[in-house]
Amino acid sequence: MSNDGHKTWTIALNHVTRVEGHGAIKVSTRDGKVEELKLSIIEAHRFFETFTEGMLPHEIPWIVGRICGICCVGHQLAASKAVESALGLTVSAQSQRLRRLLNESQFLQSHLLHVYFLAVPDYVGVPSVLPLIKTHPEVVKRALKLKHLANEFTTVIGGRALHPMSNTLRGWRKLPDLDKLEQIRARLIDALPDLDATVGIVKSLKIPDFERETEYVSLKHPDEYALYDGEVYSSDSGETTPASDYRNITNEFTVPHSTAKWARWHRESYMVGALARVNNNYHQLHPAAQQAAETLGLRAPCYNPYMNNVAQVVEIVHCAHNSLAMLEQVLNEGLVEEDIDYTPGPGHGVGAIEVPRGTLFHEFRFDDQGRCCDSDAVIPTSQNINNIERDMKAFAPRMVAEMSRDEVTLHLEMLLRAYDPCISCSVHMLDVEFVD
Amino acid sequence: MKLKIAFFDMASCEGCQLAILDCEDIFLHILDLVEIVEFREALSETAPRFDIAFVEGSINREMDADRLRDIRARCSWLVSLGACASHGNVQARSNALSPAENLQRVYGAEACHTVHTDPEYWPLWAHTRVRAVHQVVKVDYHLRGCPVDRHEFLHLVKRLVAGSLPRFARQPVCVECKYNGNECAFAHGETCMGQITWGGCDAICINGGYRCDGCRGLLPGANLEAHRALLRERGLGEAEIDSRYRLFCSADVGPQEAQP
Repeated sequence: MSNDGHKTWTIALNHVTRVEGHGAIKVSTRDGKVEELKLSIIEAHRFFETFTEGMLPHEIPWIVGRICGICCVGHQLAASKAVESALGLTVSAQSQRLRRLLNESQFLQSHLLHVYFLAVPDYVGVPSVLPLIKTHPEVVKRALKLKHLANEFTTVIGGRALHPMSNTLRGWRKLPDLDKLEQIRARLIDALPDLDATVGIVKSLKIPDFERETEYVSLKHPDEYALYDGEVYSSDSGETTPASDYRNITNEFTVPHSTAKWARWHRESYMVGALARVNNNYHQLHPAAQQAAETLGLRAPCYNPYMNNVAQVVEIVHCAHNSLAMLEQVLNEGLVEEDIDYTPGPGHGVGAIEVPRGTLFHEFRFDDQGRCCDSDAVIPTSQNINNIERDMKAFAPRMVAEMSRDEVTLHLEMLLRAYDPCISCSVHMLDVEFVD
Repeated sequence: MKLKIAFFDMASCEGCQLAILDCEDIFLHILDLVEIVEFREALSETAPRFDIAFVEGSINREMDADRLRDIRARCSWLVSLGACASHGNVQARSNALSPAENLQRVYGAEACHTVHTDPEYWPLWAHTRVRAVHQVVKVDYHLRGCPVDRHEFLHLVKRLVAGSLPRFARQPVCVECKYNGNECAFAHGETCMGQITWGGCDAICINGGYRCDGCRGLLPGANLEAHRALLRERGLGEAEIDSRYRLFCSADVGPQEAQP
């Protein structure tokens, strides 16, 4: 099948995404050469910029979480930060710590879902997690246990696993229950051996051998592995830029085959997400996470985009240990009811945060009545699309030369899936056409 | 034979499908009852026919409406999954402007012209009004909420598996809020939609310290005039009251017909 040198195919993978949803990959080859490769984003637009119009400041974080189910916490937090910056509101150390916990619980949820349910089946050669229930029951049970714990972690801190309601501007409407926090802490400690086992599984996966160096972009913070706060760092410039300057970072533009905008900064495209963060901030990872990275053979800087899955596992270990440390502090110090009153008014602000799939930017403007009159959001997936298509274009000629068409299809899907759980699952609904 | 179930998503955050994937503790038990034959968020497989189709998301383009009609033709029961599918959710607020105007605001006039005249890709950009699923095809059951409640999902699946009719309590969120012993949101200066909103969520948002924003839609028979008067007393103007009523239900303003 392979190495015939005269392959003339059109591979069309329909229904792949914008933020979660639908995209498509099309590859045409003639005589073994790649003639055309397009990663289309065909998701219907939901006009977030219109639906926030007229809303009051405290309604915004709660409603814009609806942009994305997997990253609802990230959207809520980015929006909270942007609105607080617009109105000059302060956030107490207690609330900032709770927000970091909420954010890291979402990292655990999202990365666990992606690694176990979406990525591992590819490497084991099955179409989903379901066949693994019979062949690898202990793996599936561990996956479900960890995912369940991560969801309950978010629920205890935020009030609900999806679209949590307890966080608002300036802090918490209803503080988490300390007994429940203690239970989460105990269960996290109990789950640490399961994380070691997770590292063991991922170590056994054969990651495709492909490298393309690109620009890696993430937040950077002087005192911590930046997930909640920081300025925007580029591996190309080696410098940080304030998040408020995000329009000059993302430089969004429109292409007809994608309803998600594309982005570029210092070169033609850049990458955000777990691998970009590990590359940029490796030395600030928790020692246990650095140990996991060593075990998994992830050395920064790493130029293989498939290793983003491995970087996610490293971040799972980081977030578990870091959350444990923060929970310890909260339990030692207790939680106190705080005054979170504020007065709506005019203003303009930007908020940035790391979410599982990369850096997320939100921007809002309020009129004299304190009503939202302008808003914008730049989402990690739309920053990555351009870079993914370029990875595909770089790898496809080698794939076509060395692999069967089924393997080409699988490797394209896996590459997309490596970047992003939402897009990755969407690639599953594919319709592969081969044309001689 | 196990019932075959399938999941589809239109314009949405896909959170409702996630809420169902989040049934980890009972995930294996569900698979004893039904066979999941199509679920793009989790599986590679696709299927020509299935017994129950769960559709998440609103219908924003004609190409999506076509896809929905195709799904309707392949299933016995069609369930709208969540607030986007049932009432249009927040994105339907964009119906206040024409689709062309919305696109121009987001992408700019020049980019809009380019994409609208692209011979291959223009259908991707051909937005219509945002519609709820029942405004395009017949819907057998609504699972309400943003996101859906997993207990209601399980109830529906178990009832259909058993060959009986799913039943959802016809009561406002207020009733469940009282069961939870919450202080009324009005008592601490908030304004709440709980009195007129279809319950079944266990008043989760008030339990979490907030108010009800009505994501499950208006309860048939609710005394809207009395509720509006209450909101007016709290200083809300007519336009603001309308906006609150429509927040999650912009495609579908009136109360929905009761399901069996």
